[in-house]
Amino acid sequence: MSNSTTTKPKGSFLANRANYLDERVGVAGILKEFGRKVFPDHWSFMLGEVALYSFVVLLISGTFLTFFFQPAMTEVVYNGVYGPLKGAEMSIAYASTLDISFEVRGGLLMRQVHHWSALMFVAAAGLHMLRVFFTGAFRKPREINWLVGFLLFVLGMAGGFTGYSLPDDLLSGNGLRIIDGMLKGVPVVGSSISSLLFDGEFPGHAIVARLYSLHIMIVPALIILLLAVHLFMVVIHKHTHYSGPGRKDTNVVGYPLMPVYVAKAGGFFFIVFGVIMLIATTFTINPVWNYGGYDPSPVSAGTQPDWYIGWLDGALRLAPSHLEFQGLGGTWSFNILIPLLVGVLFLVVVGAYPFIEKWITGDEREHHVLDRPRNAPVRTAVGAAGVTFYAVLWAGAATDLIATHFKMSLNHVLTSIQILLLVGPVFAFWVTKRIALALQRKDREIVLHGRETGRIIRMPHGEFIEVHEPLDKYEMYKLVDFKSYQPTLARPNSEGKITVAARVRASLSKFYFQDRVTPVGQVELAAAAHHEEHAPAIEAKPETKKPAAKKAAPKAAAKKTATTKKASTKAPAKKPAAKKAAPKKK
Amino acid sequence: MSEKAKSAKEHNYESGLAVVAADKIKDPGLEPHRVRMTDKSPAHERAANRQVAALFILSAIGSVAAIVAYFAFPLTDDLGTVRANTWWLGISITLGLFGIGLGAVHWAKTLMPDAEVSEERHQTRGSDEVRARAIEIIKLADQESGFTRRKLIRRSMYTALALFPLPAIFFFGDLGPSPADSLRHTMWRKGTRLAKDPDGTPIKASDVTLGSIFHVIPAGLEDLHETKLEEKAKAAVILVRVDPADLIESEERKSWSYDGIVAYSKICTHVGCPVALYEQQTHHLLCPCHQSTFDLVDGCKVIFGPASRALPQLPIAVDSEGYLVAQSDFNEPVGPSFWER
Repeated sequence: MSNSTTTKPKGSFLANRANYLDERVGVAGILKEFGRKVFPDHWSFMLGEVALYSFVVLLISGTFLTFFFQPAMTEVVYNGVYGPLKGAEMSIAYASTLDISFEVRGGLLMRQVHHWSALMFVAAAGLHMLRVFFTGAFRKPREINWLVGFLLFVLGMAGGFTGYSLPDDLLSGNGLRIIDGMLKGVPVVGSSISSLLFDGEFPGHAIVARLYSLHIMIVPALIILLLAVHLFMVVIHKHTHYSGPGRKDTNVVGYPLMPVYVAKAGGFFFIVFGVIMLIATTFTINPVWNYGGYDPSPVSAGTQPDWYIGWLDGALRLAPSHLEFQGLGGTWSFNILIPLLVGVLFLVVVGAYPFIEKWITGDEREHHVLDRPRNAPVRTAVGAAGVTFYAVLWAGAATDLIATHFKMSLNHVLTSIQILLLVGPVFAFWVTKRIALALQRKDREIVLHGRETGRIIRMPHGEFIEVHEPLDKYEMYKLVDFKSYQPTLARPNSEGKITVAARVRASLSKFYFQDRVTPVGQVELAAAAHHEEHAPAIEAKPETKKPAAKKAAPKAAAKKTATTKKASTKAPAKKPAAKKAAPKKK
Repeated sequence: MSEKAKSAKEHNYESGLAVVAADKIKDPGLEPHRVRMTDKSPAHERAANRQVAALFILSAIGSVAAIVAYFAFPLTDDLGTVRANTWWLGISITLGLFGIGLGAVHWAKTLMPDAEVSEERHQTRGSDEVRARAIEIIKLADQESGFTRRKLIRRSMYTALALFPLPAIFFFGDLGPSPADSLRHTMWRKGTRLAKDPDGTPIKASDVTLGSIFHVIPAGLEDLHETKLEEKAKAAVILVRVDPADLIESEERKSWSYDGIVAYSKICTHVGCPVALYEQQTHHLLCPCHQSTFDLVDGCKVIFGPASRALPQLPIAVDSEGYLVAQSDFNEPVGPSFWER
């Protein structure tokens, strides 16, 4: 594509190349279709790009490493340049990692580039997921693409784990030991699975070569496949954009692929690569030579996995003592099974979230305009709770370091984190929802009464007021362009029965939408403007709910209760605003 | 409940619980384009032009410098050369990358048009004609192949397809042996001397002073080759001497210690990390992986952390030459729990 930037055959060098390509691969049609495709511009859309480019860097640096790394566990006596380990027995895998680090020019740099870009990949993918979640970009038609992205995130963790276990150093060996212990805890088949994986007893002589196959073939192949699907779907759906003037569900506003996005995104690849290169140049990562080769007996204090595995390690640490039981013909290691289940369940909920929300809202429309997080308070709060849950598990993997760094009792730190795991998400949910609702109300106020200018004037009768400046129409539209949802009732199906699913859905929709804030409409805006003429800076809140209530009333009789309920639940939300308005009036 | 969007421009779908507001504030359309300095001032445009070129030239310099660095900073026996090699290679490649990246982005931001354009977005679902044609194709395929009609073929094909991947599962059978009994036994035998980890020198009871800790392997482990690490992963032991008066010992274990010297498996009963940290004052053993804590003077019972079972105790005695020896193997499987234990 690069040498075919022009499609007009003028007889120039480029035109001839382009003509050659077009007559053989039909490049003109491809360019016509994609050359001016529009991409919206926003910094948060770069997060996915960072993940993609980190993956490319992973492939480049990883390929280099495969030329030197030897995934064998046969014991050899080290005779390389690293003095402290001279004469030590170690596996070939570990020895070749030392050789890459100390005897291949640029080898250490490439190892560090590879490791840092892996960390960057998972981090960027995680942030990208959060962006997609909090802006509601996963809604129809993108639910399947959320699932694909979710699998990519999980594969990123798998790629990371299989990768950092390869050098067969003390730290990664202990990581594998933990995997072995967890596998053995699986009821009935645990010890068989462990024996299959390690070819007999842990550590055996097979695991590094097996992880190597997974790490350089299976996992990257799956990632590339899913990336292709992921990007293909982006092309099909076209990218989402944030709400704003001129941005609709039926259009896409931004810059054309050629030349602007080719330059920006192409340039950005080099910037991401450059940042990884700079970090890899200046910050050591995974200095395996300090740890020594794997030996089942020693271990260093502060043993931790790479950051993205931390939350699972934290889950293991947080399990209470004495959860192991004998029964039904075997050992039930709930101290391992519960953390495993918690991890799996968390991932399942993350993966299934778009489908859950879709079921609750019953919304069949296509959504291409993103939500501002505040305009979906409960979703945002659920996300915050999820992030908190993950973060607490993650902190759980550092209980010992927290205790030593802050000179606290290890036992107290762990107990606090156990409590925090249960309380934290609930608290985060509550705080986030309150903040989101408050921000929505603030938006309403700004739309209705303009922004505060900080200019205080004194009225002829002595009153001091602050001058509010009305928003321009473009700014205002950003604040009012969102949809609100009405909670539904459990209604009977065609057989006249109210199913459990209907009840659950009704209570979930109530949970999601009962205290929502509606966007400002034209009627309200006009009313506020009218008020403004007489007395500036006065709230017009009491009128706000009427249009919505009126609209709902004529609908199905069964819904009447819903309307009244909604009105009553909303009343307390209204009050503070009304109260706030009162002193201003005086 | 749902209201269809009225505007013909909107995609037509059920809106579920969404309230489609009738008095929604009107979309004012795209904001007017703001002119950049480079759009209106030729001087700025020329400056930007030069900046982009300068960045690209900087990149070229960086890449050439990286090649120079590759030869100028070779690796020798001196480990300091690794640092110089990594640093100079890395920093010049960084320059090469940043130059291109920043140059391209700067070019796009200052010299390429920055007016946003709008492109129509079509419904993801096909138009009715396309969908009708798709259904027609499927029906035709069904008709021509007789997929629905020929039950026998269809069902036998399902059977064949369901069975064909099954052999693959069995192909993984030889990945490893069945666990058998190996997990229950370690290389400790009656009379095996306790030796220091890692050099393998036998330990005399008199060497073990009060409060000292020894990381122990069975004597003879060094002579193993193929299975050395596997045996070590089960046989590693922690040896400590405490004041015999402090020891809380059950009746049947009274004879397992020697004069306040106790030996316990070093492999955590949680997920198998070595329980390598000993707190001398409290006699607690701590696993650094998940902080399971064991009380050494009370049978190494779990007092904190996710582990459930006490560390298995190795019964020890002293032989005629004064060396510590095992009385037998452990009386229970060591390490993480497993189903059959």
